[in-house]
Amino acid sequence: MTELERKQDRTPVPKEWAYAPAPESRDLVTLDDRYGHYVGGTWLEPSETYTTISPATEEPLAEVGQATPEEVEAAVAAARDAFENGWSGISTAERAKYLFRIARILQERAREFAVLESLNGGKPIKESRDVDLPLAAAHFFYYAGWADKLEYAFPNRRPRPVGVAGQIIPWNFPLLMLSWKIAPALAAGNTVVLKPAETTPLSALLFADVLRQAELPPGVVNIVTGDGRAGAALVKSEGVDKIAFTGSTEVGKAIQRELAGTGRKLTLELGGKAANIIFDDAALDQAVEGIVNGIYFNQGHVCCAGSRLLVQESIYEPVVEKLKRRLTTLRVGDPLDKNTDVGAINSEEQLERIRELVESGEQEGAEIYQPPCRLPEKGYWFAPTVFTNVAQSYRIAQEEIFGPVLSVLTFRTPEEAVEKANNTPYGLSAGVWTEKGSRILWMAERLRAGVVWANTFNRFDPSSPFGGYKESGFGREGGRHGLEPYLNFDGGESSGG
Amino acid sequence: MAQAPVLPRGFELPLEPRLPRVGSVDAVALEERAASLAKRSIKREAKVFALELAVRMMDLTTLEGQDTPGKVAALASKAIRPDPSDAGIPSVAAICVYPNLVPSAVARVEGTSVKVASVATAFPSGQSPIETKLEEVRWVVENGADEVHMVIDRGPFLSNRYAKVYDEIVQVKEASGQVRLKVILEVAELGTYDNVRRASLLAMAAGADFIKTSTGKLPGAATLPVTLCMLEAIRDVYEETGRMIGMKPAGGIRQAKQAVHYLVQLHETLGVEWLTPDLYRLGASSLLNDVLMQLRKEKTGAYQSPDYFTVD
Repeated sequence: MTELERKQDRTPVPKEWAYAPAPESRDLVTLDDRYGHYVGGTWLEPSETYTTISPATEEPLAEVGQATPEEVEAAVAAARDAFENGWSGISTAERAKYLFRIARILQERAREFAVLESLNGGKPIKESRDVDLPLAAAHFFYYAGWADKLEYAFPNRRPRPVGVAGQIIPWNFPLLMLSWKIAPALAAGNTVVLKPAETTPLSALLFADVLRQAELPPGVVNIVTGDGRAGAALVKSEGVDKIAFTGSTEVGKAIQRELAGTGRKLTLELGGKAANIIFDDAALDQAVEGIVNGIYFNQGHVCCAGSRLLVQESIYEPVVEKLKRRLTTLRVGDPLDKNTDVGAINSEEQLERIRELVESGEQEGAEIYQPPCRLPEKGYWFAPTVFTNVAQSYRIAQEEIFGPVLSVLTFRTPEEAVEKANNTPYGLSAGVWTEKGSRILWMAERLRAGVVWANTFNRFDPSSPFGGYKESGFGREGGRHGLEPYLNFDGGESSGG
Repeated sequence: MAQAPVLPRGFELPLEPRLPRVGSVDAVALEERAASLAKRSIKREAKVFALELAVRMMDLTTLEGQDTPGKVAALASKAIRPDPSDAGIPSVAAICVYPNLVPSAVARVEGTSVKVASVATAFPSGQSPIETKLEEVRWVVENGADEVHMVIDRGPFLSNRYAKVYDEIVQVKEASGQVRLKVILEVAELGTYDNVRRASLLAMAAGADFIKTSTGKLPGAATLPVTLCMLEAIRDVYEETGRMIGMKPAGGIRQAKQAVHYLVQLHETLGVEWLTPDLYRLGASSLLNDVLMQLRKEKTGAYQSPDYFTVD
């Protein structure tokens, strides 16, 4: 055959293969028009309310309460009452039973919760379905197992519950952060007042129904909603024995100032600016997947996101090329579509913050890349973004953006990688990509970060402790370590609290 | 003819144009990526598009000791007109047979778009002298095969005698002339994804037009991760050299749903340019009827009994 004949032999190539919409059914979840505060096992009519919306469409979803200091005090009083009159005294196996029940109910109602989580938070349904819900249930299962084994977890230290725990959680993983907080607190015998984030209260309010189904005694878990004012009232409440906060470093510092000298226990899980370090012997295609998962997972609304990419100079070009190519296949759009990879930005406020920092990056001289993608007109959206030519001194390399924005820097030697990775006020997580096992260990010893992932990123397990160095906070959540902040011991304070 | 490698273990062969670095593959992350791509939900018109494409990309295969001209004739009829009751269903890409049956197959598909592919080079083991293999290749080409499927010699590959494997592919490529050469890696015998990647690059460097996972004669044939691993090697070769190499997963693909997963993976790894039978084939013997059944379901809204689809 001649070359010409071979050409004619070719079949035409299609222009595109557009996937048809594949939305998960919204009808899986039924919402009330209005929610109060869940206090003492009943709904407390709120004196003030605000509207919570879907960030993907700006559509109003429900009216929820803005807790006043009095309403917060009512919740704390209910928690105190439940603690003194029952929960701290029941057998530990009995406590475990409730936690196992909650875990099973979460599994049974996983689809419903997944839809709600995506609706109210903007995250892709495949992520709430495959990550948030399974992990939330897993946390309850895991701590259910510890509830009657505390004596073995802390031998000869006589572990005892702290009392009433005030827990303030963020909007990036509403239900998962709820389970990180509530599961260990209950397993250790405490009662809880939980305040979900202002923009994402709905899954916590639906969780109240899980508590009802599980027949948890009234007052053991209380839920008050509202903005930072409600959180501040909870922090100030003298009836609270321990505060656990996950959120911004700024608010964390204010809480620490507030609690200083009060004798109340505190754990903080704050911001991060994690380095994801790629050595030249890494499996490149898989490392690129890890980079994408590290920063675009949950729209980059992840405190441990791998927002600083450190690439060994010798492979800088292929890595950036592969990364850009991969970004063109990310599907940005309707969070409820099963094929969506990147959903909506959680709020207008957060979108503004991302925009402001991205502008500063361009002004400081970094080179911006965004794949061509059509963003919906309504709602809050930001295209996946990569900055190259970033200097360590730029704001985008220093400040937490908490959005789908990656800054790429280079290094030449392992020493330089460690130095650059640690050169941040934060220290929550880090990633190392190399085929060399000894180098992974060498790096892990030197990186000042609470979690060091090797050849993976953003992987969580209830049995693995999570927490930060420096301005990323203190105290650990997850694992046996995660029980310590919720316990008092003979011989004084635990190291975790 | 290729020269011996300059470096003891690598691929630093004097090849022009330059090849991508061999690199390595992380098994956990590769399998994770493949699994996540298999979660795409392909519906309605997007599904019909995929199913029709799957038919056009299919290599209908019979490689049995009991094959006869009659069996091949039946296969050829099915290949040309997969669904006798629906003229809208396209022909498949090719029928794949043993060398002795090439003349029968060629006679049966003459004048149609269906191609004849023949296995050669002592398929499936490859354990014969090179002269025998080349003779077999020349014979099937002379008898009208449009495509030659060779197997790599796994013995030398697994003992790191890469140059020998490379030379053999180069010689087979020469012997097959203008006919399209598909190189079967037999991934089930390679043991690791690193080896699959290495063998893929080796085959492409030596002149393969297509790389193919398996002979279909072993358990553990094509899987999504191993196919992804090969697609990534193809992508690296394309990015480095501009050469577009084809891919063929074969063995174990029996359901329409699996075929759609393979096509999603192809689409999101190599892009829309590869969505053509010139660059992708699905090797299967029992997949076609399930695809036809799904296509008819999409058209009529109801599933029909398997009795309505011919068994050939």
